Amino acid sequence: MLKRSIENLGNRTIQGVWRIGFAARFFVAMLLHSGTAFRRFGLTIREMYFTGVLSLIIILVSGLFVGMVLGLQGYETLQTYGSEEALGILVALSLVRELGPVVAALLFASRAGSAITAEIGLMKATEQLSAMEMMAVDPIARVVAPRFWAGVISMPLLAALFSAMGIFGGYLVGVQLIGVDEGAFWSQMRSAVDFEQDILNGVIKSVVFGIAITTIALFEGYDAPPTAEGVSGATTRTVVTSSLVVLALDFVLTAFMFRGLS
Amino acid sequence: MQNDNLVEIEDVEFGYGDRPVLKGINLTARRGQVIAIMGSSGCGKTTLLRLIGGQIKPGQGKVRVAGESLGELDSAGLYRLRRKMGMLFQFGALFTDISVFDNVAFQLREHTDLPEDAIRDLVLMKLHAVGLRGAAQLMPAELSGGMARRVALARAIALDPMLVMYDEPFAGLDPISLGVTGNLIRRLTDTLGLTSLVVTHDVQESLKIVDYVYFVSEGVIVAEGTAAEIRASGLPYVHQFVHGEADGPVPFHYPAPSYADDLRLGGQSA
Repeated sequence: MLKRSIENLGNRTIQGVWRIGFAARFFVAMLLHSGTAFRRFGLTIREMYFTGVLSLIIILVSGLFVGMVLGLQGYETLQTYGSEEALGILVALSLVRELGPVVAALLFASRAGSAITAEIGLMKATEQLSAMEMMAVDPIARVVAPRFWAGVISMPLLAALFSAMGIFGGYLVGVQLIGVDEGAFWSQMRSAVDFEQDILNGVIKSVVFGIAITTIALFEGYDAPPTAEGVSGATTRTVVTSSLVVLALDFVLTAFMFRGLS
Repeated sequence: MQNDNLVEIEDVEFGYGDRPVLKGINLTARRGQVIAIMGSSGCGKTTLLRLIGGQIKPGQGKVRVAGESLGELDSAGLYRLRRKMGMLFQFGALFTDISVFDNVAFQLREHTDLPEDAIRDLVLMKLHAVGLRGAAQLMPAELSGGMARRVALARAIALDPMLVMYDEPFAGLDPISLGVTGNLIRRLTDTLGLTSLVVTHDVQESLKIVDYVYFVSEGVIVAEGTAAEIRASGLPYVHQFVHGEADGPVPFHYPAPSYADDLRLGGQSA
């Protein structure tokens, strides 16, 4: 019994290390074969439509509601200190620094990441990737790399749109519904939001999240056992792993970016 | 001088992990012939095709295609050789997000600089050869199993390859599609001067069209010969296979303990 448990543990460890090694080789191969994604940018644009444009509805609607909730909650807290005019700052900074990149990334992982894994996994299960190899076309260059770059480019754009819609939602609730002064809302926001410290760092975060989510989604699809159960398991793993990785990376990036600010 | 044999497999051994699949296979495919590789499911037939396509490498032995040893080719060399090969997968493996036309045009667009007008003409010619010119604008989901197989065949011959490999081309087809597919393989081989390697377990259909047959069982070649020789063979395994007998050298029962023991009949034999 004990021997069996130790054997199982050893096997799982070896499998885990092997998988990490395979994932690293996959990532390097993807970067090395990225030429196709740029030489034939039409392929990448096509994937940007599937990963980016088709994610717009969920991103925009979620952004609007998150911003509206921020407006309500923020107003209630700020009112206690008599500084409700700072609502614009609160909404904008919360969204641009944290909620925009993080929530958009979580939604992107659920909407686009799962779709990428399922698509690549099914292409593998139905031998489409093998067929491509046999036609002397490298699937990493033709299928994987354009999807990777489409995800990396789409993610910051989606995060920016999420933040913009969120700020609009905060404005609707704060200014139009509750009656916070419109001039104070916008002017305080403009003076407090720093391009480099806030917006650029938010963009860097969303690019990093885009790289992480798309790599995980593509790898899980490529490595999925070619069965219905295998593809379903890989899709679930994409969403769970991507979400956890996004949250962990957010902490690490935030620690580096905003350390020491008053 | 050109070698008569397009494919040569010498003493090839291959296994998945600890499980040996091929245990010393020797096989040749002469140019212009239709060669069948037969055997029961799981005997290593598809593995052989994957070895010839260079998708996997043998543990021992050599695989040569057109005189080039696959084990010695780098990735670029392998891809160059694959442009001269076509493969028909068991269920077609068509790209489901693009039309029939675009599936057949795929290789032409990837590997040539032909103008779109020329690609259009070539694609329609290939589709005409398999009788599906009228289906050019359909999506793969709109095709029957037999039609998908024929589109995949048109795609496999798009670049006029020297070798076409067929993985179970007759599986799951109705009798009409079965005959059509068999005749297409023979006709395309003869008219285009191809060499065809057909992996199948459909004896009756394939014996009508092949020039030479290899029988694989448990990772070794147990019999070979022309279609007539195979039909007349007295070898128990070949006889069982050709006549579709349930029991013989390939047992009906998966290895198991005594039936009586399993039913707890107190040692009485089953």
